[in-house]
Amino acid sequence: MAKKPIGPVRRDFAPWDDPQAKPYIEFRNVTKTFGDFTAVDNLSLKIYEREFFALLGGSGCGKTTMMRMLAGFETPNAGEIFLDGQNLAGVPPYKRPVNMMFQSYALFPHMSVEANVAFGLKQEGMPKDQIAARVEEMLKLVKLQDFAKRKPHQLSGGQRQRVALARSLAKKPKVLLLDEPLGALDRKLREETQFELTDLQYELGMTFLIVTHDQEEAMTMADRIAVMDRGRIIQIATPAEIYELPNSRFVADFIGDINLMECKVAAKEGEICRMTSVEFGCEIEVAQPVEAGIGETVWFAIRPEKVRISFDEPESRVNAVTGEVWDIAYLGDVSIYHTHIANEQTVRATVANRSRVVERPVGWDDKVWLSWDADAGVVLTK
Amino acid sequence: MPEQVSTRPRRSLGGWLLIAVPYAWLLFFFLAPFFIVFKISLSEIAVAIPPYMPTFDPADGWNGLVELVGGLSFDNYVWLTQDDLYWKSYISSVSIAAISTLITLLVGFPIAYGMARAPKEWRTTLLMLVILPFWTSFLIRVYAWIGILKNEGLLNQFLLWLGLIDQPLTILNTNLAVYIGIVYSYLPFLVLPLYANLEKLDTSLLEAAADLGCPPWRSFWTITVPLAIPGVIAGCFLVFIPAVGEFVIPDLLGGSETLMIGKTLWMEFFTNRDWPVSSAVAVILLLILVVPIVLFQNQQQKAAERGL
Repeated sequence: MAKKPIGPVRRDFAPWDDPQAKPYIEFRNVTKTFGDFTAVDNLSLKIYEREFFALLGGSGCGKTTMMRMLAGFETPNAGEIFLDGQNLAGVPPYKRPVNMMFQSYALFPHMSVEANVAFGLKQEGMPKDQIAARVEEMLKLVKLQDFAKRKPHQLSGGQRQRVALARSLAKKPKVLLLDEPLGALDRKLREETQFELTDLQYELGMTFLIVTHDQEEAMTMADRIAVMDRGRIIQIATPAEIYELPNSRFVADFIGDINLMECKVAAKEGEICRMTSVEFGCEIEVAQPVEAGIGETVWFAIRPEKVRISFDEPESRVNAVTGEVWDIAYLGDVSIYHTHIANEQTVRATVANRSRVVERPVGWDDKVWLSWDADAGVVLTK
Repeated sequence: MPEQVSTRPRRSLGGWLLIAVPYAWLLFFFLAPFFIVFKISLSEIAVAIPPYMPTFDPADGWNGLVELVGGLSFDNYVWLTQDDLYWKSYISSVSIAAISTLITLLVGFPIAYGMARAPKEWRTTLLMLVILPFWTSFLIRVYAWIGILKNEGLLNQFLLWLGLIDQPLTILNTNLAVYIGIVYSYLPFLVLPLYANLEKLDTSLLEAAADLGCPPWRSFWTITVPLAIPGVIAGCFLVFIPAVGEFVIPDLLGGSETLMIGKTLWMEFFTNRDWPVSSAVAVILLLILVVPIVLFQNQQQKAAERGL
């Protein structure tokens, strides 16, 4: 998260854990269909005030439809949406206290930057001098004071994105909706903007709802992430929980890189669960309760950075496999070792490149041992 | 082949041929005829074949050409300013064309807007319906309006049947009939470019406007209309320019008091057989129309630069 000191308020910010907390935005059993296609399927969701919430999923998963229903551009076929206790049914988009930053930015091409930012304020009937002051404040916020008189087509992509942001913030909405806001920016600019957005959201104290297909974007910015697939929410959790404790193979696979091994539960002794993977030819032991009976099929998921790679045979054959290094992907900060195990299975292990000299103790075709700790992976039953 | 270092692209033979075709077309079918008309406009009426003088006989050679140029004068242009028929015709033409263009816009904008907002699967059909009248001869369609507008025509019969009027309205052979004829005939020329423009309108702009608190009836005026202006201008010029020189519609539907330059020109040419004066009328008409055409071109270029 942001580099500046994080106040205790922010660190302890977890209204979703408080059963007394009132949700600020609430979707109640919302369904939306387009012809035969069900975009959003009987979905319920609670978002709290001042939260930075991300809807994450591939294209066609319904995330944008959710946002458009909240903005009022689509009407749910069933269910209700509440904002600050008010049922939004029948409220037209131009009367909703939410503002949206469009994926295409949707800047008015015939208006200057200034006029674009002032547009929403004019609709409110705000006095002219106040509008001018607010526009200046907003342009300062996004560092575009010198571009006030330009037309959108005279700006770069990054500048347009800032105008779009300034325009959507100008009315100080209760909720800001961001639809793939950083999609069109290059990597460097995207990373900068991610931090700026988080800081901005914290300073302004608004509720942000972001829609994205980019897991990195969601992980960096959001307080909580909802992973969506085919109109349903698969998991809602903080970025760390989503990453470390995915609740299903879909989430595990969608977020980051992961090794998935199909296993059968062999034995359970208290907190310890022992499994056998035929495919990978190994015994796995985890120190976590597993909701599956003996003999049932489960999946063991482990992130590549939690897999150790070495020449030495570990003391215990549990939580270890052996194989041949088949490929090494050098990414600069880390190297990913693809190791071929029995039955043509591959296990990936990441090693941080701590020294500058590219001198790998482990090379291609080396026979190595891969091992991990009992609490390094998770067992998935779905 | 040696590599070309020059940053200026050199045209190949094929490239030259490619641009030569439109230039040759313009030269033979526009510039050369225009030059002939211009020459005739500087000549004098004569009882001869062709009915003007001087004429050029290639047999006379260089001297003949010098004599010819010496015999030309701007007398016909001076004459156009002396007889008020001509400038009255010009003014009347421009004003009839301008009013018709305005009415066409008022009728055409809702049509184009409706088409652009119609469900996607209907749009091709609607477009076909707009183009459909072109499949019937223009002349026949204008004649058909006589049957509708005349005193015992369909319109009057219908209005009498409804009981809205007791006496048939005199519409045919008035300026009103000319307006109706022009609006009807040129409507597709306005609807098509305007539709093309409105259809391109990014609906997310309207959503953004609504999102910022702008109700649809207001975003129509603040977003849709300003962005449609290039289409409006293109459509209006496509109606205005041919309407100024229109001959068939005022001749068939207009009355004796309907003064339009196309009619004046026709009379000058066929009734008076005064080729030089009618040529001068045509040259001035062209000059009058060049102004809006240049304006139109300018505007198109600007729009293209802005990427609209």
